[in-house]
Amino acid sequence: MTLQDFIALSPLLDLGAFSLVTMLAIACRRHHARIAIFAFVSCLLTLATLPWAATVAPRAVTTLLVVDGHALLYMGLVLTATMVIIALSYRYLNFQFREKEGVEEYYLLLLLATFGGLVLTTAAHFVSFFLGFELLGLSLCSLIGYLRTRRHPLEAAVKYLLLSITASALLLFGLALLYFESGAMTFHGVGAIMKQAQSVPALWLGGLILVLIGIALKLGLAPFHMWIPDVYQGAPTPITTYIATVSKAAVVALLLRFATEVGVLELPPVVHLFSLLAVVSMVTGNVLALLQQNVKRLLAYSSIAHFGYVLVALLAGGPPAAEAVTFYVIVYCAMSLGAFGVVTVYSSEGGDKNRFEDYQGLFWTRPWLAAMLALSLLSLAGIPVTAGFIGKFYAIAAGVDAGLWWLVLALIGNSVVSLYYYLRLIVTLFDEEPAQATALQGLPIQSLQTAGWTAAFSLGFVASIILMLGLYPGPLMEVIRDSVSNLLMVAVQRP
Amino acid sequence: MVLWLLILIPILAAPLAWMGQQWSRHAPRWIALSAMSVDFLLASFFGSQGLSLQASGHGAWLVESHVSWIPRWGISLHLGLDGLSVILILLTTFVGVVAIIASWTEIQNRVGLFHCNVLLALGGVIGVFLAIDLFLFFFFWELMLVPMYLLIIIWGHAQRRHASFKFFLFTQAGSLVLLVAIVALALLHQQATGRPSFDYADLMGLTLSSEMARWLMLAFLIGFLVKLPALPFHTWLPDSYTEAPTGATIILAGILAKTGAYGLLRFTVPMFPEVISDVAPLVMGLGALSILYGAVLACAQTDIKRLVAYSSISHMGFILLGAFAGTELALHGTVMQMVAHGLSTGGLFLLAGALQERYQTREMGQMGGLWSVTPRLAAMALFFACASLGLPGMANFIGEFLILFGSYAAQPFMIILASIGMVMAAIYSLGMMQRTFFGQQRDARMAPDLSNVAFGTLLFMAVLQIWLGLYPKIVLTTARPVMEQLVQSVVASPNPTHSPSGSLLSSHIGTSQGSAP
Repeated sequence: MTLQDFIALSPLLDLGAFSLVTMLAIACRRHHARIAIFAFVSCLLTLATLPWAATVAPRAVTTLLVVDGHALLYMGLVLTATMVIIALSYRYLNFQFREKEGVEEYYLLLLLATFGGLVLTTAAHFVSFFLGFELLGLSLCSLIGYLRTRRHPLEAAVKYLLLSITASALLLFGLALLYFESGAMTFHGVGAIMKQAQSVPALWLGGLILVLIGIALKLGLAPFHMWIPDVYQGAPTPITTYIATVSKAAVVALLLRFATEVGVLELPPVVHLFSLLAVVSMVTGNVLALLQQNVKRLLAYSSIAHFGYVLVALLAGGPPAAEAVTFYVIVYCAMSLGAFGVVTVYSSEGGDKNRFEDYQGLFWTRPWLAAMLALSLLSLAGIPVTAGFIGKFYAIAAGVDAGLWWLVLALIGNSVVSLYYYLRLIVTLFDEEPAQATALQGLPIQSLQTAGWTAAFSLGFVASIILMLGLYPGPLMEVIRDSVSNLLMVAVQRP
Repeated sequence: MVLWLLILIPILAAPLAWMGQQWSRHAPRWIALSAMSVDFLLASFFGSQGLSLQASGHGAWLVESHVSWIPRWGISLHLGLDGLSVILILLTTFVGVVAIIASWTEIQNRVGLFHCNVLLALGGVIGVFLAIDLFLFFFFWELMLVPMYLLIIIWGHAQRRHASFKFFLFTQAGSLVLLVAIVALALLHQQATGRPSFDYADLMGLTLSSEMARWLMLAFLIGFLVKLPALPFHTWLPDSYTEAPTGATIILAGILAKTGAYGLLRFTVPMFPEVISDVAPLVMGLGALSILYGAVLACAQTDIKRLVAYSSISHMGFILLGAFAGTELALHGTVMQMVAHGLSTGGLFLLAGALQERYQTREMGQMGGLWSVTPRLAAMALFFACASLGLPGMANFIGEFLILFGSYAAQPFMIILASIGMVMAAIYSLGMMQRTFFGQQRDARMAPDLSNVAFGTLLFMAVLQIWLGLYPKIVLTTARPVMEQLVQSVVASPNPTHSPSGSLLSSHIGTSQGSAP
């Protein structure tokens, strides 16, 4: 390891060190606000090391990790989203944690999960892949059950734990099969041997499919989506936001690297499997979302559909696919942060606000909050001026470019279906407010005035991202293009 | 950059109108009104300039503005103005003013937000008429939907939820098909030249295989037919026209429907000349069917707004017929019909809205004999009913006549069918008058007559109707260069659409009407 390697690894080292310091700080003295700020600053400082790391990128640090444009871009995404979530969490925890006991470890776990996410974005080897996967999954497990005196979070945590174990088991078995056939543990090595092979052995294919199913479980693609609605609904809302954004973005970063370096999409059976997963995800997600009466569940099912769209983009193959996937994931993170962020902020003011009735007439009582939710939903539906439109455009462009007409048509049909339930929620916002809500108004407004600025600031930040990417996506597209060429170049050049 | 003013004035005035609510109840109305009036004046300045400059055709714009936007995809903020856009923007701004006046007394709650949405929708429509980058076009095309949707859902009548959903889902489904075709065109450009482009001029120059052209044309056609709307895609129209508040209905019928027609004239017909001739008879058949279907159903309505809504489907059928006839004469008729329909339907919906405001019902069965109660309203209704049925001397007559005359050579049988629609128009229009204003008075309540402002607006629209009916040249010469280009692009294709006699006829008529100065 040279100095250059350390510079390249500086984001990981930085966040790792800060996680330790945070733990020590909690051990010394508990103080909710101080630890929250500390966690926020840790992410901020880690973010600040990215440009420094970029000076030596692309670079393979040992055989385990690769720091390149692709990894750095996703690191930036993961860290920014984590920062927004930390900002949203503080009020939520203050409200939910009446006993004010042991709130601080929440932030430590959040940092560790993010650390796992960073490892995943750089992973180029089975070992780092698995370590990142587990670090993220286990931290999330305890985060989901963090409100340990409630029934729903605990139930969700158990579900997530079972899912994590299943995913890891399938993954390990798949990786073992791949190793058995190729004798290599790096993505690149496996890919190189596979390209030389005349025909793909069945065991190998089985291994690949098991690995991909492990990933699909984490992404919540149908039919591996069963955990999504329950966990989304049961988890504390900031953690739901975290699962929807950081956890999925990191896994997509890994999937992209795995798919390009191993050359998975050159195998017809895998392509067929992914096409099937894409269509099933889109249809299942959208159709089940139509039936929901709970906002968090609705967003959960819509996320299943959205990752179906991401798969359509991925299946296009080549640079346009990687570009479209990255753009879509960034946009999806922004939209989810917006939608779940509103739920978080609104829930921090008195009980969980999950049902449709809670949002009835919100526009007339809380115009900014409702406008933010409407903006996020319109973005999820892919209406112009919002980032979601450009994201959908990118996905459609990638699909059309590759001639995947049926998948593109499925995407369109599903977008129209999805519009129905997004509109249903938006309509609720504009309904006449129910009579009893006016009677109870005094309390929420007061609590809004006390400590709303972190929430207002973070939601404002997300809203400006959504609008900016919708109106002027050019610069981000250029950055993504660089990172993708980086991804492909490294895949080709590394020994 | 001047063109941006046309779009930005309403869009920037929108938040101002919303905030204006805090100052006074009337502030949003005045802000909206003055924004649209300024826009109208600006557009008429361009219009008069265009006339003197000999308005140019496709690809040669009177005024143009070009700024790069998303270089990765060859997307730019490219606006262009020619005769066709000038006419439609004038119509948009004028009908916009009418819609704001029509909402003056009807909208009493959340006035600021209402006018904010009206201005945003109008800004989007003006953008649609100006954008000549296809991505930008699509951007505006979608942009106008959201405020329109909010107008229906917040201020609409009893069934507004159902209506607004239907409106949004139908139009969105149509647009997404359109988006795929646009993206496919841009990528075909990339295959041909190495860089993607969404620019109108670039894509016009693209040579397509006939199978590709057929699919893409179909997608463009569906996208615009939904908005127009033509027969199989029309089911959203009666619901949303009926349930929307008067101002929004006027915008929907007077302007939004024209964006579909504009799309047909600007994109579908000129971009795929190779295959247009194959589908032209089919599409014209659809137009003729829409005319008859709309007319028959209009006769059966008891709800006055629904009647006007179905008559609107019938009138839009004429536009579809003319757009695909392939003769200059029919195309001129199409443009004329767009303007005339905007004026006549706008007037009729304003009157229907006024009736509903006074009697809280749209059922004609509960009205009757209103002439003695509200003579001004009744007189104006008679006028606009006559305009709508195509009485000679009015703009609608010119439009329908030119379309029927211009396309007879191409499809005689369909024209005969369509002419029956004109007869039906007389039946439902006069039936509406009879049931509402003549006969026994059912409702004994006294109601105020039209206010001076509303009466003045309607009078002005009536004058425009007669003026354009007697002196249609002003519209026809403005649109002529564009239409000439359009006909040439279709004729220049390997298999021309229409028989030589058709084009001979049109050129003959064209010169007899006097060429542009």
